[in-house]
Amino acid sequence: MRRFAATNLIAALGATAFAAALVWSTAFPAAAAVATDPADARARSQEAFRKIATVLRDPRCMNCHTLTDFPRQGDDRHRHIMNVLRGGDNHGVPGQRCSTCHQAVNQANGVPGAPKWGLAPLSMGWEGLNDHQLADSIKNMSRNGNRTLAQIQDHMAHDTLVAWAWNPGAGRRSPQISQAELGLLVQEWIDTGAVSPDPH
Amino acid sequence: MISLTINGRLEQLDLPPDTPLLWALRDRLGLTGTKFGCGAALCGACTVHVDGEAVRSCSAPIGQLDGRKVVTIEGLAASVGKDLHPVQQAWIEEDVVQCGYCHSGQIMSAAALLAQVPRPTDADIDGALGGNICRCGTYQRIRAGIHKAAEIAAKA
Repeated sequence: MRRFAATNLIAALGATAFAAALVWSTAFPAAAAVATDPADARARSQEAFRKIATVLRDPRCMNCHTLTDFPRQGDDRHRHIMNVLRGGDNHGVPGQRCSTCHQAVNQANGVPGAPKWGLAPLSMGWEGLNDHQLADSIKNMSRNGNRTLAQIQDHMAHDTLVAWAWNPGAGRRSPQISQAELGLLVQEWIDTGAVSPDPH
Repeated sequence: MISLTINGRLEQLDLPPDTPLLWALRDRLGLTGTKFGCGAALCGACTVHVDGEAVRSCSAPIGQLDGRKVVTIEGLAASVGKDLHPVQQAWIEEDVVQCGYCHSGQIMSAAALLAQVPRPTDADIDGALGGNICRCGTYQRIRAGIHKAAEIAAKA
């Protein structure tokens, strides 16, 4: 009798688990597919990165992720006026540092500002990279500032200088995707294997 | 209340935190040697030193400078314990100035450069002073003046 009850209990639990899995896969088909379909996870990862890349290529990001010894400015990404130079520490040269003009907040006169204003190191220069190269570059710890993928996600989702892109002031436009959405996309990219888009 | 050390003297400024440093210097403290040029960090006329670095005072809100050390053109010589800073001495010897309006900013940028690069090249000078505009076009004399200032400082 006791054995019969235990058997029924196990059966009931199994049925409940099966029903829960059914509900989960119905409600979240993509998530279920991740667990069961590596090819689909790869495709989703690559698609997530393509969306991420639209933000990384935005002038608000790319103007200071240059491969040059100077920053750029504006939506047309022209060379920064005033012969502004990168300098040895990516924050300008003696006598004309980034902080000579850029303070920690945007100014009423239109001069943009955020904490740590400066260029990304040359190793993080993204100009001219296709999606495949861009993803590889971001994952490469010898090029990305020795950041883990989790740290990359945190940087893109929460860094105060990155956040400036969505509060650029003076009528400047922001990336089409919000920073919160970017953070979710980076997390999705990581969770699905951080797959680089195929080279073309 | 915002506290700034300006030319070695502690100043308490009861001003809104978004007040540009230039306004505080000129209108509140009477330090009119620092000039208003463009008001948008585009010309360099308002350059001062904040903790030794060149800063455009028109675009530096005082609320972000609390507790920091500011040196203006009035305090530059004293900041190196001289009657004239080497850059000021060189400016006189090379007769650098024409109308002079931009030159307090030029001198402050030059001094910030020399503090870190005692013997600058022409490229160093162009990089440091690219944001200091001179409508009289005295750029060649500014460059010569900075080289002269480097010589003066080396002999001191």
